[in-house]
Amino acid sequence: MNIDKKITDDLVANDISFVTTVPCKQLAGVIEEIDAHDDIFHIPSNKEDEGMGLCAGAWMGGKRPAIIMQNTAIGVTINTLATLIQYYRMPLPMLISYRGELREPVACQVEMAVHTKALLAQMNIPTYHFHHKADVEELDAILKYTFMCNKPVAILTDANFWGGYGDQ
Amino acid sequence: MIRSEILKEIAPILRDQLVVCNIGIPSQELHAIDDQPTNFYMLGTMGLASSIGLGLALSQPKPVIVIDGDGSILTNLGTLPTIANNVADNYILLIIDNGSYGSTGDQPTYAGQKTSLTKMAEAAGCERVIECAAEDTGRVLQDALDAKQMTIIVSKCESGNAKMPVITMDPVVIRDRFMKAVQA
Repeated sequence: MNIDKKITDDLVANDISFVTTVPCKQLAGVIEEIDAHDDIFHIPSNKEDEGMGLCAGAWMGGKRPAIIMQNTAIGVTINTLATLIQYYRMPLPMLISYRGELREPVACQVEMAVHTKALLAQMNIPTYHFHHKADVEELDAILKYTFMCNKPVAILTDANFWGGYGDQ
Repeated sequence: MIRSEILKEIAPILRDQLVVCNIGIPSQELHAIDDQPTNFYMLGTMGLASSIGLGLALSQPKPVIVIDGDGSILTNLGTLPTIANNVADNYILLIIDNGSYGSTGDQPTYAGQKTSLTKMAEAAGCERVIECAAEDTGRVLQDALDAKQMTIIVSKCESGNAKMPVITMDPVVIRDRFMKAVQA
């Protein structure tokens, strides 16, 4: 199974046609698939809060959006999540590279990793953690759940899920 | 001329268009001058009006006018390259540049000093950037709508705020009626 393609296919199957991304090494393959897919408008953003603004506008314009980012950006986007996405009750799947978990080679990444789930819990954001490759099977149901409840939903994908980071 | 005077003057142009309005006093002023279901008022999240408007313009065909401020553009400067590189000809960004953070007590912004947002937008790659005096905003805005080309307008005006009530409408109501207006 090609995970990058499976994730992209699930996005398209759920009618997600507007995706903003901030670069990430672990998510590089997904970003490439999304960029190449005819059914998805891919708009790279310079910062994750900007990306959430783009997604909010796209959703009000009738498109289903998604954002692809790193977990460090949870620290950047708390205000946007609270006062835009949650306050106006908008759906937003957040496919997140969960840096700083098992098999992480860069120590500094752990500093935000230890706060990631606590911050998401504090924000009452439904959170799913993909640790094994097979966990991706839940993605389709998670996307349906996101657009059912009109909430931001976090999907944390760690290095083990991606088959290692820096030690492949 | 201050921002509220510009808004009063351009209200007849805005009335039939989708408008995304900046947080704080700009939204309060627009709401008080001419509340419309086609207005999306930002109640929080400083800086993202231009991004919300761009996402909206790229996702549906109707013209979108964003009313932003110099302070908010400075907060989210990354928006200018994103706008420039994702051209939506139904997108107009009107930056009301009064050189101050109006909603927080008129502290000066750098746009009122050495920094030119017009030049920054051009340097970011935006192709149609027009700087105008406050008095000309209506004409320049109407021209931009008629041109059907993505346009960034920097309207230079004086600092100052009109005293308007806080918006008490529920955010989900603002969003819901706006989405219905988008689909209408």
